[in-house]
Amino acid sequence: MSFSLALRHRFPSMTMDVAFEVRSPGVTVLFGPSGSGKTTIVNAAAGLLRPDWCRVEIDGAVLADTDAGVWLPPEQRRAGMVFQDSRLFPHMSVATNLRFGMRRVAPGEIRFDDVVDLLGIGALLDRRPKALSGGERQRVAIGRALLAQPKLLLMDEPLASLDSARKAEILPYLARLKTALLLPVLYVTHALGEAAQLADSLVLVEAGKVVAYGGTAEISARAELPLASRDDAGAVLICRVDAHDPVRMLTRMHGGGADFLLPLLDMPLGALCRIRVPAREVILAGRPPDSISLHNVIAGTVRRIAPDPLRRSVMVEIGLPDGGLLARVTADAVVRLGLAPGVPVLALIKSTSIEVLGT
Amino acid sequence: MPELLVCPLYIHLYTGCMTMLSPEEWEAVRLTLAVAARAVGFGLPLAVLTAWVLTRCRFPGRPLFSALVHLPMVLPPVVTGWLLLIVFGVRGPIGMLLHDWFGVRLVFTTAGASLACAVMTFPIMVRSVRLSLEAIDGGLEQAARTLGAGWFDRLVNVTLPLASPGILVGAIVGYATCLGEFGAVITFAANIPGQTQTLPLAIYAALQVPGGEAKAAELSMVSLTLAVIGLVLADWIGKRLNTVMGR
Repeated sequence: MSFSLALRHRFPSMTMDVAFEVRSPGVTVLFGPSGSGKTTIVNAAAGLLRPDWCRVEIDGAVLADTDAGVWLPPEQRRAGMVFQDSRLFPHMSVATNLRFGMRRVAPGEIRFDDVVDLLGIGALLDRRPKALSGGERQRVAIGRALLAQPKLLLMDEPLASLDSARKAEILPYLARLKTALLLPVLYVTHALGEAAQLADSLVLVEAGKVVAYGGTAEISARAELPLASRDDAGAVLICRVDAHDPVRMLTRMHGGGADFLLPLLDMPLGALCRIRVPAREVILAGRPPDSISLHNVIAGTVRRIAPDPLRRSVMVEIGLPDGGLLARVTADAVVRLGLAPGVPVLALIKSTSIEVLGT
Repeated sequence: MPELLVCPLYIHLYTGCMTMLSPEEWEAVRLTLAVAARAVGFGLPLAVLTAWVLTRCRFPGRPLFSALVHLPMVLPPVVTGWLLLIVFGVRGPIGMLLHDWFGVRLVFTTAGASLACAVMTFPIMVRSVRLSLEAIDGGLEQAARTLGAGWFDRLVNVTLPLASPGILVGAIVGYATCLGEFGAVITFAANIPGQTQTLPLAIYAALQVPGGEAKAAELSMVSLTLAVIGLVLADWIGKRLNTVMGR
């Protein structure tokens, strides 16, 4: 099953030309700087904006196809949308807001009580939107979109208007939602943290074009993409919890075809978990070091070397059996170690510098 | 008569006229309220529709349409009355149809007085509704669309409730303005006691008769009271509804 979107549109200041196809149940993050056209893409998916040319398809159902003259208006698309500014109806209570979409469709699998529980908004039902905090408003807006039994969920920077504390409050709900939902989700953000935590697929957008798209692990580990030239660049790996060692206070995870040791985690064996390895924390070595404090010595092959003149450094992409890592090193290190595509190399990673992003 | 505005005298006159109004004066008051009610009753739905079209629809000739709607506000009322005579008179294009098909005559009738009032206050009502429609965040209607609400559904459940303070205030101010319509009414509906003689017309008639000042003063007090009540009510309801609508 898949979700595909393609559109071409000419704005006075920018020409959009976008096409991507991602796996259907799952979160696809549209990632890119402000003004790159991410919101245009979501609005076209929702039907709120009609591009010059456009084709949107979910699991074989065509929502829009300019060539075939198909254009479903927003009210017939069943595309739930969460806006940055929540857009709750001010003249209705929270409960009425939640039921607005629900009352306009046939009963579906998403039940009122479940959503209220999942989002923790049971205590707010009788209130007016005006009396809610920003975080509460966004949670209600998410619930309202879900209860309309959408076939596609669109989230346009749902956390952008919140401060970091409120963001941290909502992210766990979104992560829970992600595992509970069986529908495609398009999530717009320019915050790398949200993307790394939520994305199953990443679509990188820049100046109205799709730079690259694919699985999060794959895209985040590509040295030549703009994502890798960020200060906080790093590869995301989907890992499985393999073993706990309470004596050494370590947890072993398997991901990308390699084993990682991390400080002991409170997670059941076999659980899936994403980790992020920041590129600037990775040391490259030709031989295994002896007598060293770090735990992770991971064998791989150099796949690509991309210079990053802005930071006077070089981004090295290391291929693992089933994934990849990024390492930021100096140009001198590349020369000294004789790094080139295809050369075997060891990536040294401190277990404490690996970020655990949750499920 | 500025001395009439002195407070104790006003109270005296106010209590006075409530007991001292003659039956035909009461008739003028009753008629005025009825004419205004009819004018607002028919005019308001049209005003809401017009305001909605003016804020939401883009079509060629929109500026002309807008100008036409607002014309009675700037035109001398006598001219509006005369135009109504031309159009709705028994020989006018619409007046003739109404007369021949339905046997309805508007000129020199209570219904005609209501029509004149409605036309005169129409721009005021449109303006009030339009302002509140324009104040509605367009994003809310977009949100309603993504939640499966068609245009009529959106209009009834989102747009109109949110515009309701403006609609109600428009109705009240429109009603209060109707109570004072003079020029268009006297031109189109004439000054027939019991049929088209509303308060301002009765005051005017009283002033034409020697020794009618007392009667004019009484009626003026009634007029003043009604106007003040209308404005205070409009303000209070506007504020109240805005709170209810969560603004």
